[in-house]
Amino acid sequence: MDVTIKILRYNPEVSEDATWESYQVTAEPTDRVLDALHKVKWDLDGSLTFRRSCAHGVCGSDAMRINGKNRLACKTLIKDVNPSKPITVEPIKGLPVLKDLVVDMEPFFDAYRSVMPFLVTTGNEPTRERLQSQADRDRFDDTTKCILCAACTTSCPVYWTDGQYFGPQAIVGAHRFIFDSRDEGTDQRLEILNDKEGVWRCRTTFNCTEACPRGIEVTKAIQEVKRALIFRR
Amino acid sequence: MVQTHKYDVVIVGAGGAGMRAALESGQRTRTAVLTKLYPTRSHTGAAQGGMCAALANVEEDNWEWHTFDTVKGGDYLVDQDAAEVMAKEAIDAVLDLEKMGLPFNRTEEGRIDQRRFGGHTRNHGEAAVRRSCFAADRTGHMILQTLYQQCIKHGVEFYNEFYVLDLLTKETVGGVKVTGVVAYELATGEIHVFNAKSVIFATGGFGKVFRTTSNAHTLTGDGMGIVWRKGLPLEDMEFFQFHPTGLAGLGVLLSEAARGEGGILRNSENERFMERYAPTIKDLAPRDMVARAMANEVREGRGAGPDKAYVYLDLTHLPKEQIDAKLPDITEFARTYLGVEPYTEMIPVFPTAHYAMGGVPTNIKGEALADNHTVIPGLYAAGEVACVSVHGANRLGTNSLLDINVFGRRAGLYAAEYAMGIEYDELPEDPEAQVVAMIEQMRDAGGSERVAAIRQELQATMDINAQVYRDEGSLKQALSDIEGLKARYVNVSVQDKGKRFNTDLLEAIELGFLLDLAEVLVVSALARNESRGGHYREDYPHRDDVNFMRHTMAYRQEDGSIRLDYKPVVETRYKPMERKY
Ligand SMILES: Cc1cc2nc3c(=O)[nH]c(=O)nc-3n(C[C@H](O)[C@H](O)[C@H](O)COP(=O)(O)OP(=O)(O)OC[C@H]3O[C@@H](n4cnc5c(N)ncnc54)[C@H](O)[C@@H]3O)c2cc1C
Ligand code: SF4
Ligand code: FES
Repeated sequence: MDVTIKILRYNPEVSEDATWESYQVTAEPTDRVLDALHKVKWDLDGSLTFRRSCAHGVCGSDAMRINGKNRLACKTLIKDVNPSKPITVEPIKGLPVLKDLVVDMEPFFDAYRSVMPFLVTTGNEPTRERLQSQADRDRFDDTTKCILCAACTTSCPVYWTDGQYFGPQAIVGAHRFIFDSRDEGTDQRLEILNDKEGVWRCRTTFNCTEACPRGIEVTKAIQEVKRALIFRR
Repeated sequence: MVQTHKYDVVIVGAGGAGMRAALESGQRTRTAVLTKLYPTRSHTGAAQGGMCAALANVEEDNWEWHTFDTVKGGDYLVDQDAAEVMAKEAIDAVLDLEKMGLPFNRTEEGRIDQRRFGGHTRNHGEAAVRRSCFAADRTGHMILQTLYQQCIKHGVEFYNEFYVLDLLTKETVGGVKVTGVVAYELATGEIHVFNAKSVIFATGGFGKVFRTTSNAHTLTGDGMGIVWRKGLPLEDMEFFQFHPTGLAGLGVLLSEAARGEGGILRNSENERFMERYAPTIKDLAPRDMVARAMANEVREGRGAGPDKAYVYLDLTHLPKEQIDAKLPDITEFARTYLGVEPYTEMIPVFPTAHYAMGGVPTNIKGEALADNHTVIPGLYAAGEVACVSVHGANRLGTNSLLDINVFGRRAGLYAAEYAMGIEYDELPEDPEAQVVAMIEQMRDAGGSERVAAIRQELQATMDINAQVYRDEGSLKQALSDIEGLKARYVNVSVQDKGKRFNTDLLEAIELGFLLDLAEVLVVSALARNESRGGHYREDYPHRDDVNFMRHTMAYRQEDGSIRLDYKPVVETRYKPMERKY
C-alpha cells in the first residue's frame, strides 16, 4: 500500500527552524514504521537522520513520537497507526533536538546514573552465588526489563515543564535495586529520590506507563518507591 | 580540526566483551571505551537464552563435559586449550555476574537456575544436561545492563557515538606494533586521534552481510574490516552460524531456549522431523544440523505456508505459565511481528544468519596474532569479533555470552598489564590522513551509486549463494557478484553533505566493511572443499580431516587480492570423532 509519512525535520546546519516534510513510500501493513523510515532514508532522502539498531524492540534506540504518541518505530506496525492518513513522526519531547529525530540523550542518562543504579553490598562476598528465592527475584522483575529508551520520561508533562525532575525512568532504575533483596544501598538511594526534584514531583498522570514499550508498570513502580519513602520515616 | 587523546588502554566497543574488559582495565589503568552506539544499545542486549557454566546447581555436571561438548559441537575445529579455559572459567564468570547484581532465575533453594540448551550434554553425549544459566529469555539484556551498571559504579570513561575507523600501527624490527586508533565523532563530524598503549577490539559480528539475520543494523563488522585492511589475518571466516529459529521472513530470533523448554519443530505434515535427523537429542541437536534439516524439509516440499517456505516451532503443548515465565519476550515477538498467538498457534520459523565463528585470531590471553604465532604487541580482540577459537566450525548456544565474559575479562587484564609495563609510542605523522581522505572522498565525490542498492544486492546474493547450503557454483556466483558490487562501490555517493549526525556517510563506510568481509567469507568457503559445522558444501558433503582439520587464515595482499594460509588446530584431550547426536 502507499503510505504518507510526515516527518518533523530539523537540521541547524541548514536552518534554525524545524519543518514538516511529507514522503510517499510503499509499505506492507505489517511493516514496521522503522522500515518506512528506512525507505525514506535509503530511497528518497539520505539526510533523514534517526537512531536505530536492533529493529525488534530490545535496544531502546528509536523512541519517537508517532501520531502524537511515544513509541519505538521498530515495534510499531504500519497497520496499527492508521495508514490511510499521513503518519506523523517527530522527536520525543523534553530533550534537546540535535537533528531530525535525534535528541540529546545525555540529560536522560545523567538522571539514570544519579540514582546509583548498581548493586550495593557490604561485607565479604560469598564464594558461591548470593541466595535469593524466586519470589524475591520476582519482586523487582518488572523494572529489570527497562531498555532505557526514554519513552516514559519524555511523555511526562512534569518532565517537559520542570527541567530538574529526574523523570520516571530514573525512578524505574532505582526501583530495580530498592526492591532487590540482595541490595544494601536502599537508604542512600531513597535519600536521592526524596530530593525536591525527585519522586514527589510525579503527579500520577500514567502517561509513562502507557508509553513504555516493555510494558513496565512505571506509575506503579513510582508509587512503590513513594510508599517505601513514607514507611522509612 | 583534529583532537588528540592519550589513554593507556582504548577499548573499541561497549557490548558485553568491551564492558567486561573495561571493568578490568579501568580499575588498573587509564582506560577509554569508544563505541558507535550508546553502550546499552549494543546487540549483546538482544541475546535471549542463556550463558552456560557447569555449576551443577540442578544436576550433576562438570567443566570437562562442557569442554567436550564445545569441541564436539564445533566439529573438532575448536582449539581445545581455549575451550578448556573457557569451560573452567565459566563458573566464576557466572558467579561474578551474579555478584555484580545480575538477576538470574532461581531454583527452589535460591541458587541460579539452569536449563537445557542445544548440544550441551551429560557425560560426553549421554543426554541433554541443564547447564544454561538464564534470566527468562532476556539473559543478554541483563548482562548488558549489569555490566553497564558496574561501569557507572566504577566510573568507566565512555566516548559514545564515536566510530573507530582506523587502527594506528608502527613498523618495528620485531614486526607491527599498535599505537592507537582514529575515530569519527557522529555528533560533530570531527576526527579524534587516540594514542594508546593497548587497543582492544570488541566490535561484535557482521551479520548484515546477509539479508535474513538476527543481527542488528549496526553489526557491520567494522573491527574485523579495520584489522583486515591493515593486512592482518582473519581466521575461519567461512564459518557463519545460521540459527534455526528466526521468525519466517524477518529473521528476528526466537531463542533455542524455546526448544530447551520443550518446544518442537514440525513440518507441514505435522511431523516432528528432527527425530529422523538426530534420534537421541532431536530438536536440541547443534544449530547447524537443525538449520540444515529445516532447509532440507523445505527443499523436499514439506515446508508450510503459502509458499511452503518455512517450518513450525510448536509451543502449544507447553503450559501458559511456563511460556510467560520462561519465554515472555520471544512469544511477544511472534505476536507483534507475525500476529501469531504461541499459546494456541504454531510459529512460522526459518534459519537466520546469526553468528560469526571466525574473526581476528587471538591466543587465550586475547592477544591478536599477525600470523599463526606472532603476537601483535598492544593489540587485543574479544567477543564475536575475535576467533580464539572456542567455537570452531559451529558455536553451541550459550557459549557466546560466556565467551564475551571470559575472554573480555582476559583481554582487559592482559591489555592493562601490558600497558603498565611500557611507554607511549609516538604516533605516525598525520595519523588521521587516511580516514580524512576516505571521508572526504565519500562525502564530496559526486558518484552515482546508492549505498542501499549495493547493500541490498550484496545481502541477496549472500542469502542465495552462501547460506546453509553452498557449492562451488553458488560460491563462485557470490564472488563474482561481490566483485561487481565492489567496483560499483568506488562510485558510491552520499546525499547528506553535513557534519552533524551524518549517518548517511557512516552507512556508506559500513557498507565498505561488509563488502570486504563478504569477499573473505566466500573466498575462504570456496577453498574449503569439505563440510564441517556451519559450512556445508553440497559438492563435498563429508568432513575431511585429512585435508581440512585446520583453520583458514586469510590475508589481504597489497594489491587487494586475498591470500589463504592454514593453521593447525590445537588438540589436547579429544580425538576427532564423527558427530552424531
Ligand atoms: C538475537 C540474538 C540472540 C542471542 N542469544 C544468545 C544466547 O542466548 N546465548 C549466547 O551465548 N549468545 C547469544 N547470542 C550471541 C551473542 O549475543 C553475541 O555474540 C555477543 O553478545 C556479542 O557480544 P560482543 O560484545 O562481541 O558484541 P556486541 O554486543 O555486538 O557489541 C559490539 C560493540 O561494538 C561497538 N562498535 C562496533 N563497531 C564500532 C566502531 N566502528 N567504532 C566503535 N564502536 C563500534 C558497538 O557500538 C557495540 O558497543 C545471540 C545473538 C543474537 C543476535
Ligand atoms: S521504563 Fe519503559 S519507557 Fe521508560 S525507559 Fe524503560 S523501557 Fe523505556
Ligand atoms: S531499533 Fe532497537 S529498539 Fe528499536
